[in-house]
Amino acid sequence: MTTLTLIFALPLLAALALVFVPRSFAVVMRGTALLVTFITMLLAILMFAQFNGAPVDADGYRFVSTIPAFGAASLGMALKLGVDGLNVGLVLMGAIVAFAAACCSYEIRTREKEFYILLLVMTGGILGAFMSLDLFFFYFFHELALVPTFIMIGVWGRGERKNYATFQITLYLSIGALIALIGLIALYLQSGAHTFDIPALTRHIAQHPLSKQSQNFIFPLLLFGFGILVSLWPFHSWAPLGYGSAPTATAMLHAGVLKKFGLYGLIRIALPLMPQAAQYWMWVVAWLCLGNILYVGWVAMRQKDLNLLIGNSSVAHMGVIFLGLASLNIIGVTGAVVIMVAHGFLAALSFGLSGYIYNQTGTLEMSQLGGLARKLRFVGVALTMAALAGCGLPGFFNFVGEITVFFGAWSQPGLRVVTVFAVWGALIIGAVYMMRAVRAILHGPMPDRWEGIADANVWRKLPYAILLASLLIFGFFPRLLTEKIQPTMTNIVAAAAPQEQPTLAASAGKYEMPANLPMLDLPDNLSGKARTY
Amino acid sequence: MSLEITVVLLGLAVLLADLWMAPERRRALGYASAAIVGILLLNTFDSHSGTVFGSAAGGMFVQDALSIFFKRLFLLATAMVLILAVEFSDRITAGVSEYYSLIIFALAGMLFAASSNNFVMLFVSIELITVTFYVLTSFSRGKVASLEAGVKYLILGALSSAFMVYGIALVWGTTGKFSFTELAQVAGDYSQNKVFLTGVLFILAGLGFKIAAFPFQMWTPDVYQGAPTPTTAFLAIGSKAAGFVLLLRFLFTAIPAITDHWSNLLIVISAITILYGNLCAIPQRNLKRLLGYSSIAHAGYLLMGVAALTSAGQAAVMYYLGGYLFTTIAAFAVIVLVMRHLDSEDIGGLAGLSRRSPLLALTLTLAMVSLAGLPPLAGFFGKFLLLKAIIEQGPANHGYYWLAFTALAGVVISLYYYFGVIRAVYFSKEGADAAPLEISRPAQFVLGVCILGIFWLGLFPGAVLDFATEAAQVLR
Repeated sequence: MTTLTLIFALPLLAALALVFVPRSFAVVMRGTALLVTFITMLLAILMFAQFNGAPVDADGYRFVSTIPAFGAASLGMALKLGVDGLNVGLVLMGAIVAFAAACCSYEIRTREKEFYILLLVMTGGILGAFMSLDLFFFYFFHELALVPTFIMIGVWGRGERKNYATFQITLYLSIGALIALIGLIALYLQSGAHTFDIPALTRHIAQHPLSKQSQNFIFPLLLFGFGILVSLWPFHSWAPLGYGSAPTATAMLHAGVLKKFGLYGLIRIALPLMPQAAQYWMWVVAWLCLGNILYVGWVAMRQKDLNLLIGNSSVAHMGVIFLGLASLNIIGVTGAVVIMVAHGFLAALSFGLSGYIYNQTGTLEMSQLGGLARKLRFVGVALTMAALAGCGLPGFFNFVGEITVFFGAWSQPGLRVVTVFAVWGALIIGAVYMMRAVRAILHGPMPDRWEGIADANVWRKLPYAILLASLLIFGFFPRLLTEKIQPTMTNIVAAAAPQEQPTLAASAGKYEMPANLPMLDLPDNLSGKARTY
Repeated sequence: MSLEITVVLLGLAVLLADLWMAPERRRALGYASAAIVGILLLNTFDSHSGTVFGSAAGGMFVQDALSIFFKRLFLLATAMVLILAVEFSDRITAGVSEYYSLIIFALAGMLFAASSNNFVMLFVSIELITVTFYVLTSFSRGKVASLEAGVKYLILGALSSAFMVYGIALVWGTTGKFSFTELAQVAGDYSQNKVFLTGVLFILAGLGFKIAAFPFQMWTPDVYQGAPTPTTAFLAIGSKAAGFVLLLRFLFTAIPAITDHWSNLLIVISAITILYGNLCAIPQRNLKRLLGYSSIAHAGYLLMGVAALTSAGQAAVMYYLGGYLFTTIAAFAVIVLVMRHLDSEDIGGLAGLSRRSPLLALTLTLAMVSLAGLPPLAGFFGKFLLLKAIIEQGPANHGYYWLAFTALAGVVISLYYYFGVIRAVYFSKEGADAAPLEISRPAQFVLGVCILGIFWLGLFPGAVLDFATEAAQVLR
């Protein structure tokens, strides 16, 4: 078994094994989930570390392995795994968040067996979806991960609106996924390549581009199908309530990792395979993303519940990623991928911390809380850092991504107005609601009834420490990831925006910024770069 | 034709054995007949290994990849239904052996249906199936619901048979042909002949009744609810699959020239059937009634493959029926085992099942997830193939895209009621009865086969898909 096979198969096999363990052994369930996600995380880190040295195949993928037993040869369908710059960071992030989510699942006290089985299935599905180089299994694993999400929210969710939230998230995400499925099937059929193999399909379409008519039919299906999954405005309303009602681990895994599937699909499939339609529709996306950044940001300011606030802010962050995609140049799309990874860590951290506070106090109403920093020293500091990362403070990985996206978008003359609004929304509105939340929860007088609460012990600190460390390490050394992303993005953008290729190629030397930024004198260097646009 | 003769003889033997056998050994009789059907199933892999095809009775009876595919499906379904019937036998007051032998006679009808290439054979086989089902449906004589179901099925079934035989008469009256092969050569000449087209429509109405397609679906919920559970299981998969094999043969070997112009009719019927079944299933509290509506919806999904008018669509229909076999039998097996001591099959009766029997809870969950069409199970791959088949036709006729979106709406609606069942199994308050359930070895075997089948068709579709594709080649 190769590393990639192990990464997705271990959680699924562990889930299968747990089916046969009697339900009274709750400790075994939790222990297995922790152990397996920990091993998965180590494997993913190992894979990430070996990435640069690994042999590359003709299409730019590494660690490629094929398991033809799954799938149907007559349809050109086989389970094929591989990573390149686009998904290597996502797989790493997914594995780390999965371990953190398993750590944060101690709050589950009923029906542990079912919960941990579902958690492991979700983990395996997520990692499989991001590693699959086969169109069918790419969708297959996403659905496999999606179903546990619904069940977990419906059964272990919290709050009075749990049933409504479950209903809404199931409806939205199923519709989104199925619309995307129609698009993917249509893409397979229209390409005429008779293969679900993504690299082969990409090669085939590079030589025989799809007709403009079929592009204009398929691209909107993928855009809005995937867009619903990523809570593109105005299809976002499932997200805040769904996350607000979800158990901690589910919110961490879905908001952090699974949600990125739609974006990954757009970058991997929709943009390079349907460039003409992408050119056209990305203008629409550029304006819709303002809905995410400004409207949802504004909604977030009005929230009184911490989880709803984090949920809304996570929707707002998706807007920045969409802006990066809309820019359709190497810098913007690279930045989008960086935010995808960074936001994964951040969303998992935020929901993990809010879950801790909820378990201590039983409420996330910000008016009820206050002054908690005195009691929750570690959690308070971590929450403040998460808030700062959320408003894009340098030093955290999010900053690298956001600034890159804004530069990428600004260099597209047609997107300058949008970019200006987006910068305001992301930096000012984001800072307002994040800082307000920190003030309301951590500072000020503390109501007497919170005297009894306690800070996290060493083990409970572990997941937060890992996530914070990931944000900071990549924040200070973004090259670890960006230099892996950039070659891949060069290929994808070259396919997606061919007519702009000359200018991009000419300026590629000047625009190496995310990879080549010396870390400690960031601002000077950036302003210097900014003038060259 | 040796297979069909053996099955008929087996049915007679079971009837005769009843005369000499002590009542307490009837269980063994049921298991023995299931075992024999199982051996016949294994035998099809040996004697007809792919190429030994031919015809009998002057071309009325054909043996080809299509008929082999369906015969294996029918034999497997019957073997499992017979085991379920044994489990159910303590609720049958009298005539257990007749129950087994009627199931076997219905199987004979289905086997003939799979091979029929002639209107006479079509009508005889369909009557053999339907008449045995009249009796099977009303077999729980003590229950009013069962008798009511039997009467409803009898009246509506007789009506549809009348339509069909009238349709056959009209087609024969205009063309003078009974054989599908001969009819195919002249059908194109009659594409404007109103009497001929009326005859074709009447035949389709009769077949529509068998597969429970709109607007001939009225009987389904009542009959599914009232009939003894093994009968319902057999009705859901056996009778429906027989309807589909006849429909495929009729549309694509007898009147291909007409069928090509009727794609819009098939699209509309398929879309309405999907929506009707799914929407009506939402408020149901009786599990068998819910599965009745869901079976209407699945008839709609299957009709998508027929409406595609391509080999890919026909192969998808067969693949889907294969998955449907395992999921339906699994669901009804759980109903038989859990609810045999309850008066009604209310979903509330499933409460606490996850503690009473983890195996049954798992089986029912997998069946529901597969019916809903979620990976990694059989139903997902089947729906994927059906969708692929109709989207492939989309550029030619945009109605197919609308059908695809209707199917998606149906799938989303169905998530609601299928998850409702799963919720009752795992997450509802404990029921009054918390005693662990005893499951006999043969029943465990059936559950195991179903679980393996559901996963196998979901994860390793290659072999069955190739077989279905080969079978679909027969039709064009």
